[in-house]
Amino acid sequence: MFPRVARLLGVAAVAVVLAACESTMGTKDGEQQPPVTESQPSGTQPGATSQGVGAGSTFRGHPLDDPASNLSKRTVYFDFDSSTIKDEDRAIVEAHAQYLANNPSAAVTLEGHADERGTREYNIALGERRANSVRQLVTLLGGSVQQVETVSYGEERPAVEGHDDASWQWNRRVEIIYRTR
Amino acid sequence: MLRSKMNAAVLALVCALGIAAMPGPARAVLTIRITESTEAALPIAIVPFGFAGGAAGARAPENIGQIVADDLARTGRFDPIAFPDLPSRPSSVADVNFGDWRILGTANLVIGRVEARGPEQYAITFRLFDVFRATQLAGFEIVATTRDLRRTAHQISDIVYETLTGERGAFDTRVAYVTEGRDANGERRYALQVADSDGANPFPVLDSVQPILSPSWSPDGARLAYVSYEAGRPQVYVQELATGRRDAVAAFPGTNGAPAFSPDGSRLALTLSKDGNHEIYVLDLAGRRLRRITDDPAIDTEPAWSPDGASIVFTSDRGGKPQIYQVPASGGEARRMTFVASDDYNARASFSPDGRRLAFVHGVGGRFRIAVLDLETSAVNVLTDTRLDESPSFAPNGTMILYATVSGGSSVLAAVSTDGRMRQQLAATEGKAREPAWSPFRSRR
Repeated sequence: MFPRVARLLGVAAVAVVLAACESTMGTKDGEQQPPVTESQPSGTQPGATSQGVGAGSTFRGHPLDDPASNLSKRTVYFDFDSSTIKDEDRAIVEAHAQYLANNPSAAVTLEGHADERGTREYNIALGERRANSVRQLVTLLGGSVQQVETVSYGEERPAVEGHDDASWQWNRRVEIIYRTR
Repeated sequence: MLRSKMNAAVLALVCALGIAAMPGPARAVLTIRITESTEAALPIAIVPFGFAGGAAGARAPENIGQIVADDLARTGRFDPIAFPDLPSRPSSVADVNFGDWRILGTANLVIGRVEARGPEQYAITFRLFDVFRATQLAGFEIVATTRDLRRTAHQISDIVYETLTGERGAFDTRVAYVTEGRDANGERRYALQVADSDGANPFPVLDSVQPILSPSWSPDGARLAYVSYEAGRPQVYVQELATGRRDAVAAFPGTNGAPAFSPDGSRLALTLSKDGNHEIYVLDLAGRRLRRITDDPAIDTEPAWSPDGASIVFTSDRGGKPQIYQVPASGGEARRMTFVASDDYNARASFSPDGRRLAFVHGVGGRFRIAVLDLETSAVNVLTDTRLDESPSFAPNGTMILYATVSGGSSVLAAVSTDGRMRQQLAATEGKAREPAWSPFRSRR
């Protein structure tokens, strides 16, 4: 239904192993479901140990994959030309900050994105500002600077390829991508 | 007015037929569709060029008369008569009956012929006449290979244009732009293309699975600077077009973006976020020395040089919304240049070649259009009426602006005359096209 976007960081010829493809479950401005995003696991499979995140959960997999936990949500959305984290998305960032604090070997890349409106280089700057605002909150809440990288794609890699508000709302985003769990 | 619009429709049709009928592999990836015609354009008669030599029934490999007619029509200043409406089709002076053309009311007539001189070798002669005075205004013979025939046609367009307007033509130039498509596995593929000014003969100078953007020509037209994500983050490269040799000239942590060659070609203005947020820098290419130009916690990006090299304009949201500012190229106090309603979005400015105007993206009420600011009068003229326009780039003679827009759900290139009278779409038949950058003139005067 929505275009599937494989995120390839670095050399492209790496075999893509699709894992942990969770769709975030919230709805925005109506009935639409957000696009399914696929996170690209790093070459090493998770060696991290489970921590007690998601109290009361009977989920047996990796805590990052627990659909009942905010850790399974990897995307934070923004308003037009804004890099302010919305109150409703704050808990997602907090959960990841907590996880990073508890798992010092875990590392993430925060990918900033913008919708297609406006100019391309400005949108790269805007995407970077969004990624930085997530990074700031993550490091404030216990994640270390060494665990968090940022990169902005501006409007170059939309999650949804449409030219209307319904598409744009999913494209103004920061994706939290685990390089190491 | 009616006649002019009909001509435009016929011209578009003939153009499409011309491309469909072309022999050999498809050359034109971009087809031109006229979205707006003009009432004030000068009628001109361009006769399809005759062909001589070669095997019986052979045709000229390129329709030179058509290419010239399309070039001139695209400027909005000429209204070529559709081929079916021509009273006769002379290809030599002896066949021209000026009376025929006077009745038609066209002041000027272009005729020509293509003569095969050997394998892949042609001699192209053309003449431009003043119909009312029955005099020749220009006439040349150009020898070309098959590969150069389209270029020869553009050179003829340049001569006709300059003879009749007094301004240098910009048809024999190139455009760089970025295309995005999908490969067999559905993955995005990006390419940096260089094509003729009418979009024909596209050649991919870079292919990548990662985004490419912001091509900028060196003033001698020999190199392109651009941004590529091939290393997993945006870095600035400079590539020599003749050899394909390239260097990553800015690969600092964070964003490396928005390169713009200085008018003397020795420096690049660019955007770096290595010091925490997006700032404008000037990079000396020979010594790789960096000089920081802006220092503000806001976003500063999209630098463009004034033609005299003395100043740089850039986009900044230091006032709350993106607006255009100007700063001395050596650094110093930035001055705001766009003053319009507080909620407007003005960004990605570039100077006209004469330095008197700025083209930029003007956003108001959620619509992003191409506008021109007259630096003497401060008047702003909005040239387009679509809603997702970006990346304006002046022709080297300042008469037209190439830009990217969205049409039919896909991004396409378009051109508008600087006075806003003529708009045309250059639609890529495959994938999406964007980020056009018009090359400098091919030769200096």
